[in-house]
Amino acid sequence: MKVTDRSIEEMVSVVLRLGVTISGLIVLGGGIYYLISHGREHEPYHVFAGADSMDRTLPGILHGVLARRSRSIIQLGLLTLILTPILRVAFSLVGFALERDRKFVVITSIVLAVLIYSLVNGQLNG
Amino acid sequence: MTIAEFVPIVLVTSFAAGFLGSLTGLGGGVVVTPVLTLSLGVDLRYAIGASLVSVIATSSGAAAAYVRDGLSNIRIGMFLEIATTFGALVGAYLGTHIPTSILSIVFGVILLQAAWQSSHSYKDSRKLLPPDPLAKMLILNGSYQGRQGRKAYQVYRVKLGFCLMFAAGILSGLLGIGSGSLKVIAMDQAMQLPFKVSTATSNFMIGVTAAASASVYLSRGYVNPGIAMPVMLGVLAGSLVGARLLSGAPVLVLRRLFAIVVGVIAIEMIWNGIEGRI
Repeated sequence: MKVTDRSIEEMVSVVLRLGVTISGLIVLGGGIYYLISHGREHEPYHVFAGADSMDRTLPGILHGVLARRSRSIIQLGLLTLILTPILRVAFSLVGFALERDRKFVVITSIVLAVLIYSLVNGQLNG
Repeated sequence: MTIAEFVPIVLVTSFAAGFLGSLTGLGGGVVVTPVLTLSLGVDLRYAIGASLVSVIATSSGAAAAYVRDGLSNIRIGMFLEIATTFGALVGAYLGTHIPTSILSIVFGVILLQAAWQSSHSYKDSRKLLPPDPLAKMLILNGSYQGRQGRKAYQVYRVKLGFCLMFAAGILSGLLGIGSGSLKVIAMDQAMQLPFKVSTATSNFMIGVTAAASASVYLSRGYVNPGIAMPVMLGVLAGSLVGARLLSGAPVLVLRRLFAIVVGVIAIEMIWNGIEGRI
Protein backbone atom coordinates (compact mmCIF):
# COMPACT_ATOMS: atom_id res chain seq x y z
CA MET A 1 0.00 0.00 0.00
CA LYS A 2 1.28 3.44 -0.89
CA VAL A 3 1.36 5.83 2.06
CA THR A 4 0.07 9.34 1.36
CA ASP A 5 -0.87 12.35 3.50
CA ARG A 6 -4.45 11.11 3.18
CA SER A 7 -3.71 7.74 4.81
CA ILE A 8 -1.88 9.53 7.66
CA GLU A 9 -4.98 11.71 8.13
CA GLU A 10 -7.27 8.69 8.34
CA MET A 11 -5.03 6.98 10.88
CA VAL A 12 -4.72 10.15 12.98
CA SER A 13 -8.50 10.59 13.01
CA VAL A 14 -9.02 7.04 14.30
CA VAL A 15 -6.33 7.41 17.01
CA LEU A 16 -7.89 10.65 18.27
CA ARG A 17 -11.45 9.33 18.36
CA LEU A 18 -10.46 6.07 20.08
CA GLY A 19 -8.28 7.90 22.62
CA VAL A 20 -11.00 10.34 23.64
CA THR A 21 -13.68 7.63 23.80
CA ILE A 22 -11.60 5.18 25.85
CA SER A 23 -10.34 7.82 28.28
CA GLY A 24 -13.84 9.30 28.64
CA LEU A 25 -15.26 5.87 29.54
CA ILE A 26 -12.50 5.15 32.09
CA VAL A 27 -12.99 8.59 33.71
CA LEU A 28 -16.78 8.09 33.78
CA GLY A 29 -16.46 4.63 35.35
CA GLY A 30 -13.90 5.82 37.90
CA GLY A 31 -16.05 8.88 38.62
CA ILE A 32 -19.17 6.87 39.43
CA TYR A 33 -17.13 4.58 41.66
CA TYR A 34 -15.57 7.66 43.33
CA LEU A 35 -19.01 9.11 44.10
CA ILE A 36 -20.19 5.81 45.57
CA SER A 37 -17.10 5.29 47.73
CA HIS A 38 -16.32 8.91 48.77
CA GLY A 39 -19.61 10.78 48.26
CA ARG A 40 -20.11 11.56 51.93
CA GLU A 41 -16.68 13.06 52.52
CA HIS A 42 -16.07 16.81 52.33
CA GLU A 43 -14.44 18.28 49.27
CA PRO A 44 -11.05 19.90 49.85
CA TYR A 45 -10.59 21.95 46.67
CA HIS A 46 -10.64 25.48 48.09
CA VAL A 47 -7.10 25.11 49.35
CA PHE A 48 -4.30 23.92 47.12
CA ALA A 49 -2.49 20.94 48.57
CA GLY A 50 -1.81 19.14 45.28
CA ALA A 51 -3.16 15.76 44.24
CA ASP A 52 -2.04 12.76 46.33
CA SER A 53 1.52 11.82 45.42
CA MET A 54 0.38 8.43 44.06
CA ASP A 55 -1.97 10.25 41.65
CA ARG A 56 0.93 12.06 40.00
CA THR A 57 3.04 9.27 38.52
CA LEU A 58 2.38 6.33 36.21
CA PRO A 59 3.61 3.66 38.68
CA GLY A 60 1.56 5.25 41.46
CA ILE A 61 -1.57 5.35 39.31
CA LEU A 62 -1.16 1.73 38.15
CA HIS A 63 -0.54 0.61 41.72
CA GLY A 64 -3.73 2.36 42.80
CA VAL A 65 -5.77 0.87 39.96
CA LEU A 66 -4.69 -2.63 41.01
CA ALA A 67 -5.80 -1.78 44.53
CA ARG A 68 -9.19 -0.68 43.04
CA ARG A 69 -8.76 2.90 44.24
CA SER A 70 -11.39 5.09 42.52
CA ARG A 71 -9.20 8.21 42.21
CA SER A 72 -6.43 6.15 40.57
CA ILE A 73 -8.93 4.87 37.97
CA ILE A 74 -9.90 8.47 37.13
CA GLN A 75 -6.21 9.39 36.82
CA LEU A 76 -5.64 6.40 34.51
CA GLY A 77 -8.36 7.79 32.23
CA LEU A 78 -6.85 11.29 32.33
CA LEU A 79 -3.37 9.90 31.66
CA THR A 80 -4.79 7.99 28.66
CA LEU A 81 -6.19 11.31 27.45
CA ILE A 82 -2.80 13.07 27.83
CA LEU A 83 -1.13 10.19 25.95
CA THR A 84 -3.62 10.39 23.04
CA PRO A 85 -2.07 13.41 21.25
CA ILE A 86 1.41 12.01 21.96
CA LEU A 87 0.39 8.74 20.30
CA ARG A 88 -1.06 10.75 17.41
CA VAL A 89 2.37 12.38 16.87
CA ALA A 90 4.09 8.97 17.04
CA PHE A 91 1.73 7.58 14.38
CA SER A 92 2.34 10.62 12.16
CA LEU A 93 6.09 10.01 12.51
CA VAL A 94 5.69 6.45 11.21
CA GLY A 95 3.51 7.78 8.38
CA PHE A 96 6.02 10.41 7.27
CA ALA A 97 8.82 7.81 7.48
CA LEU A 98 6.88 5.46 5.18
CA GLU A 99 6.22 8.42 2.86
CA ARG A 100 10.01 8.95 2.89
CA ASP A 101 9.50 12.63 3.68
CA ARG A 102 12.79 13.37 5.46
CA LYS A 103 11.98 16.97 6.40
CA PHE A 104 8.76 15.98 8.14
CA VAL A 105 10.40 13.00 9.85
CA VAL A 106 12.78 15.52 11.45
CA ILE A 107 9.99 18.00 12.30
CA THR A 108 7.75 15.31 13.81
CA SER A 109 10.69 13.82 15.77
CA ILE A 110 11.38 17.21 17.39
CA VAL A 111 7.73 17.52 18.51
CA LEU A 112 7.71 13.93 19.81
CA ALA A 113 11.00 14.53 21.66
CA VAL A 114 9.59 17.63 23.41
CA LEU A 115 6.46 15.70 24.45
CA ILE A 116 8.44 12.70 25.76
CA TYR A 117 10.90 14.99 27.53
CA SER A 118 8.01 16.77 29.27
CA LEU A 119 6.40 13.48 30.30
CA VAL A 120 9.58 11.76 31.52
CA ASN A 121 11.02 14.86 33.21
CA GLY A 122 7.76 15.42 35.08
CA GLN A 123 7.67 11.79 36.19
CA LEU A 124 11.28 11.84 37.42
CA ASN A 125 11.46 15.28 39.03
CA GLY A 126 7.84 16.07 39.89
CA MET B 1 -19.93 20.76 50.85
CA THR B 2 -19.75 16.99 50.45
CA ILE B 3 -18.27 15.33 47.37
CA ALA B 4 -21.74 14.00 46.42
CA GLU B 5 -22.94 17.64 46.24
CA PHE B 6 -19.79 19.17 44.80
CA VAL B 7 -19.28 16.81 41.83
CA PRO B 8 -22.77 17.32 40.25
CA ILE B 9 -22.47 21.11 40.65
CA VAL B 10 -19.07 21.11 38.91
CA LEU B 11 -20.43 18.76 36.25
CA VAL B 12 -23.34 21.08 35.41
CA THR B 13 -21.14 24.20 35.56
CA SER B 14 -18.56 22.59 33.25
CA PHE B 15 -21.29 21.48 30.87
CA ALA B 16 -22.50 25.09 30.65
CA ALA B 17 -18.92 26.33 30.14
CA GLY B 18 -18.27 23.77 27.39
CA PHE B 19 -21.56 24.68 25.73
CA LEU B 20 -20.79 28.41 25.91
CA GLY B 21 -17.20 27.89 24.80
CA SER B 22 -18.29 25.93 21.77
CA LEU B 23 -21.06 28.35 20.74
CA THR B 24 -18.82 31.40 21.04
CA GLY B 25 -15.77 29.69 19.57
CA LEU B 26 -13.78 30.64 22.69
CA GLY B 27 -13.22 27.02 23.76
CA GLY B 28 -14.39 25.38 26.98
CA GLY B 29 -11.13 25.73 28.93
CA VAL B 30 -11.00 29.50 28.89
CA VAL B 31 -14.56 29.72 30.24
CA VAL B 32 -14.51 26.92 32.83
CA THR B 33 -11.48 28.12 34.82
CA PRO B 34 -12.83 31.55 35.86
CA VAL B 35 -16.28 30.08 36.57
CA LEU B 36 -14.80 27.43 38.88
CA THR B 37 -12.60 29.90 40.74
CA LEU B 38 -15.05 32.82 40.95
CA SER B 39 -18.33 31.04 41.64
CA LEU B 40 -17.27 27.81 43.36
CA GLY B 41 -14.11 29.05 45.07
CA VAL B 42 -11.94 26.29 43.61
CA ASP B 43 -8.22 27.03 43.85
CA LEU B 44 -6.98 28.50 40.55
CA ARG B 45 -4.27 25.83 40.23
CA TYR B 46 -6.77 22.95 40.41
CA ALA B 47 -8.97 24.78 37.91
CA ILE B 48 -6.03 25.21 35.51
CA GLY B 49 -5.07 21.52 35.74
CA ALA B 50 -8.66 20.38 35.22
CA SER B 51 -9.27 22.78 32.35
CA LEU B 52 -6.11 21.65 30.59
CA VAL B 53 -7.22 18.00 30.42
CA SER B 54 -10.70 19.05 29.28
CA VAL B 55 -9.05 21.07 26.50
CA ILE B 56 -7.27 17.92 25.26
CA ALA B 57 -10.60 16.04 25.19
CA THR B 58 -12.64 18.66 23.31
CA SER B 59 -9.96 19.59 20.78
CA SER B 60 -9.06 15.95 20.03
CA GLY B 61 -12.73 15.11 19.56
CA ALA B 62 -13.24 18.04 17.20
CA ALA B 63 -9.95 17.40 15.39
CA ALA B 64 -10.87 13.76 14.69
CA ALA B 65 -13.77 14.99 12.54
CA TYR B 66 -11.85 17.88 10.92
CA VAL B 67 -8.90 15.64 10.02
CA ARG B 68 -11.18 12.94 8.59
CA ASP B 69 -12.84 15.59 6.40
CA GLY B 70 -9.43 16.80 5.21
CA LEU B 71 -9.92 20.31 6.62
CA SER B 72 -6.90 20.33 8.95
CA ASN B 73 -3.58 20.88 7.23
CA ILE B 74 -1.52 18.30 9.13
CA ARG B 75 1.78 19.52 7.65
CA ILE B 76 1.25 23.09 8.81
CA GLY B 77 0.00 21.73 12.15
CA MET B 78 3.01 19.48 12.72
CA PHE B 79 5.47 22.21 11.75
CA LEU B 80 3.89 24.83 14.02
CA GLU B 81 3.63 22.33 16.89
CA ILE B 82 7.40 22.70 17.30
CA ALA B 83 6.70 26.30 18.36
CA THR B 84 3.61 25.56 20.48
CA THR B 85 5.11 22.62 22.43
CA PHE B 86 8.29 24.53 23.29
CA GLY B 87 6.08 27.48 24.26
CA ALA B 88 3.87 25.21 26.38
CA LEU B 89 6.90 23.98 28.37
CA VAL B 90 7.98 27.58 29.02
CA GLY B 91 4.40 28.47 29.99
CA ALA B 92 4.04 25.51 32.36
CA TYR B 93 7.35 26.41 34.02
CA LEU B 94 6.23 30.03 34.48
CA GLY B 95 2.76 28.92 35.60
CA THR B 96 4.12 26.80 38.43
CA HIS B 97 6.34 29.66 39.67
CA ILE B 98 4.14 32.77 39.33
CA PRO B 99 1.77 33.80 42.18
CA THR B 100 -1.89 32.97 41.45
CA SER B 101 -2.97 36.63 41.78
CA ILE B 102 -0.79 37.55 38.79
CA LEU B 103 -2.01 34.48 36.85
CA SER B 104 -5.56 35.65 37.49
CA ILE B 105 -4.83 39.11 36.05
CA VAL B 106 -3.15 37.65 32.93
CA PHE B 107 -6.08 35.27 32.55
CA GLY B 108 -8.57 38.15 32.66
CA VAL B 109 -6.68 40.15 30.04
CA ILE B 110 -6.49 37.16 27.66
CA LEU B 111 -10.18 36.44 28.23
CA LEU B 112 -11.12 40.06 27.42
CA GLN B 113 -9.19 39.89 24.16
CA ALA B 114 -10.80 36.56 23.21
CA ALA B 115 -14.30 37.88 23.98
CA TRP B 116 -13.66 40.97 21.86
CA GLN B 117 -12.33 38.87 18.99
CA SER B 118 -15.25 36.43 19.01
CA SER B 119 -17.90 39.14 19.05
CA HIS B 120 -16.61 40.89 15.95
CA SER B 121 -17.59 39.61 12.56
CA TYR B 122 -14.87 38.02 10.53
CA LYS B 123 -13.18 40.46 8.18
CA ASP B 124 -11.29 39.22 5.20
CA SER B 125 -8.00 41.07 5.33
CA ARG B 126 -6.12 39.29 2.56
CA LYS B 127 -3.19 41.28 1.29
CA LEU B 128 -1.03 40.71 -1.71
CA LEU B 129 2.10 39.17 -0.28
CA PRO B 130 5.19 37.70 -1.89
CA PRO B 131 5.17 33.86 -1.83
CA ASP B 132 7.08 32.35 1.08
CA PRO B 133 9.89 30.02 -0.04
CA LEU B 134 9.61 28.16 3.29
CA ALA B 135 6.01 27.20 2.45
CA LYS B 136 7.19 25.72 -0.83
CA MET B 137 10.15 23.89 0.73
CA LEU B 138 7.96 22.21 3.39
CA ILE B 139 5.05 21.61 0.98
CA LEU B 140 2.66 23.53 3.27
CA ASN B 141 0.40 24.85 0.50
CA GLY B 142 -2.73 22.74 0.24
CA SER B 143 -6.35 22.53 -0.75
CA TYR B 144 -9.64 21.79 0.94
CA GLN B 145 -13.16 20.80 0.00
CA GLY B 146 -15.24 24.00 -0.13
CA ARG B 147 -18.89 24.43 -1.09
CA GLN B 148 -17.97 24.77 -4.75
CA GLY B 149 -15.40 22.02 -5.18
CA ARG B 150 -11.77 21.91 -4.05
CA LYS B 151 -10.08 25.19 -3.27
CA ALA B 152 -6.31 25.53 -3.37
CA TYR B 153 -4.56 27.95 -1.01
CA GLN B 154 -1.10 29.42 -0.52
CA VAL B 155 0.65 29.92 2.81
CA TYR B 156 2.44 33.18 3.55
CA ARG B 157 4.63 34.63 6.34
CA VAL B 158 5.54 31.25 7.83
CA LYS B 159 8.14 32.74 10.23
CA LEU B 160 5.69 35.29 11.66
CA GLY B 161 3.11 32.54 12.15
CA PHE B 162 5.74 30.40 13.89
CA CYS B 163 6.59 33.21 16.37
CA LEU B 164 2.90 33.86 17.13
CA MET B 165 2.46 30.13 17.74
CA PHE B 166 5.29 30.19 20.29
CA ALA B 167 3.38 32.91 22.15
CA ALA B 168 0.15 30.88 21.88
CA GLY B 169 2.01 27.89 23.37
CA ILE B 170 3.26 29.95 26.32
CA LEU B 171 -0.26 31.18 27.11
CA SER B 172 -1.68 27.68 26.76
CA GLY B 173 0.86 26.25 29.23
CA LEU B 174 0.62 29.23 31.59
CA LEU B 175 -3.17 29.38 31.88
CA GLY B 176 -4.23 25.83 31.00
CA ILE B 177 -6.23 26.96 27.98
CA GLY B 178 -6.19 25.91 24.32
CA SER B 179 -5.44 29.49 23.19
CA GLY B 180 -7.40 28.71 20.05
CA SER B 181 -8.17 32.36 19.29
CA LEU B 182 -4.47 33.28 19.13
CA LYS B 183 -3.76 30.20 17.01
CA VAL B 184 -6.47 31.23 14.57
CA ILE B 185 -5.02 34.78 14.40
CA ALA B 186 -1.60 33.32 13.60
CA MET B 187 -2.89 31.17 10.76
CA ASP B 188 -5.77 33.24 9.44
CA GLN B 189 -4.28 36.74 9.70
CA ALA B 190 -0.51 36.17 9.56
CA MET B 191 -0.24 33.12 7.31
CA GLN B 192 -3.38 33.99 5.29
CA LEU B 193 -4.88 30.50 5.47
CA PRO B 194 -8.61 30.14 4.73
CA PHE B 195 -10.64 30.66 7.95
CA LYS B 196 -12.05 27.11 7.88
CA VAL B 197 -8.59 25.58 7.53
CA SER B 198 -7.24 27.81 10.34
CA THR B 199 -9.96 26.70 12.75
CA ALA B 200 -9.59 23.03 11.84
CA THR B 201 -5.79 23.10 12.07
CA SER B 202 -5.94 25.02 15.36
CA ASN B 203 -8.07 22.26 16.90
CA PHE B 204 -5.64 19.69 15.53
CA MET B 205 -2.74 21.47 17.31
CA ILE B 206 -4.39 22.28 20.64
CA GLY B 207 -4.28 18.67 21.94
CA VAL B 208 -0.55 18.28 21.37
CA THR B 209 0.20 21.72 22.84
CA ALA B 210 -1.90 20.97 25.93
CA ALA B 211 -0.36 17.49 26.33
CA ALA B 212 3.11 19.06 26.62
CA SER B 213 2.12 21.17 29.63
CA ALA B 214 -0.40 18.65 31.05
CA SER B 215 2.48 16.24 31.71
CA VAL B 216 4.09 18.93 33.87
CA TYR B 217 0.87 19.80 35.69
CA LEU B 218 0.01 16.13 36.33
CA SER B 219 3.34 15.51 38.03
CA ARG B 220 2.93 18.71 40.10
CA GLY B 221 -0.43 17.60 41.45
CA TYR B 222 -2.53 20.24 39.64
CA VAL B 223 -4.63 17.50 38.00
CA ASN B 224 -6.77 16.45 40.95
CA PRO B 225 -9.05 13.50 40.08
CA GLY B 226 -11.97 14.70 42.19
CA ILE B 227 -12.23 17.91 40.21
CA ALA B 228 -10.68 17.05 36.85
CA MET B 229 -13.21 14.19 36.43
CA PRO B 230 -16.43 16.28 36.45
CA VAL B 231 -14.72 19.14 34.55
CA MET B 232 -13.49 16.88 31.74
CA LEU B 233 -16.80 15.01 31.38
CA GLY B 234 -18.89 18.18 31.65
CA VAL B 235 -16.88 20.32 29.23
CA LEU B 236 -16.67 17.48 26.69
CA ALA B 237 -20.43 16.82 26.78
CA GLY B 238 -21.25 20.55 26.73
CA SER B 239 -19.07 21.27 23.73
CA LEU B 240 -20.48 18.28 21.82
CA VAL B 241 -24.02 19.57 22.34
CA GLY B 242 -22.90 23.13 21.51
CA ALA B 243 -21.34 22.00 18.24
CA ARG B 244 -24.58 20.20 17.27
CA LEU B 245 -26.65 23.34 17.89
CA LEU B 246 -24.15 25.62 16.20
CA SER B 247 -25.40 24.83 12.70
CA GLY B 248 -28.48 26.94 12.17
CA ALA B 249 -28.02 29.19 15.22
CA PRO B 250 -27.77 32.98 14.81
CA VAL B 251 -24.06 32.81 15.62
CA LEU B 252 -23.10 36.48 15.65
CA VAL B 253 -26.04 37.52 17.85
CA LEU B 254 -25.21 34.74 20.34
CA ARG B 255 -21.53 35.64 20.31
CA ARG B 256 -22.22 39.33 21.03
CA LEU B 257 -24.52 38.37 23.89
CA PHE B 258 -22.09 35.95 25.48
CA ALA B 259 -19.12 38.22 24.84
CA ILE B 260 -20.65 40.66 27.35
CA VAL B 261 -20.99 37.89 29.95
CA VAL B 262 -17.43 36.69 29.32
CA GLY B 263 -16.19 40.30 29.45
CA VAL B 264 -17.71 40.77 32.92
CA ILE B 265 -16.10 37.49 34.09
CA ALA B 266 -12.76 38.68 32.70
CA ILE B 267 -12.93 41.98 34.59
CA GLU B 268 -13.83 40.08 37.76
CA MET B 269 -10.73 37.88 37.31
CA ILE B 270 -8.54 40.96 36.92
CA TRP B 271 -10.16 42.69 39.91
CA ASN B 272 -9.81 39.62 42.16
CA GLY B 273 -6.18 39.30 41.10
CA ILE B 274 -5.44 42.94 41.95
CA GLU B 275 -7.18 42.61 45.32
CA GLY B 276 -5.14 39.44 45.96
CA ARG B 277 -8.23 37.30 46.58
CA ILE B 278 -7.20 34.61 44.09
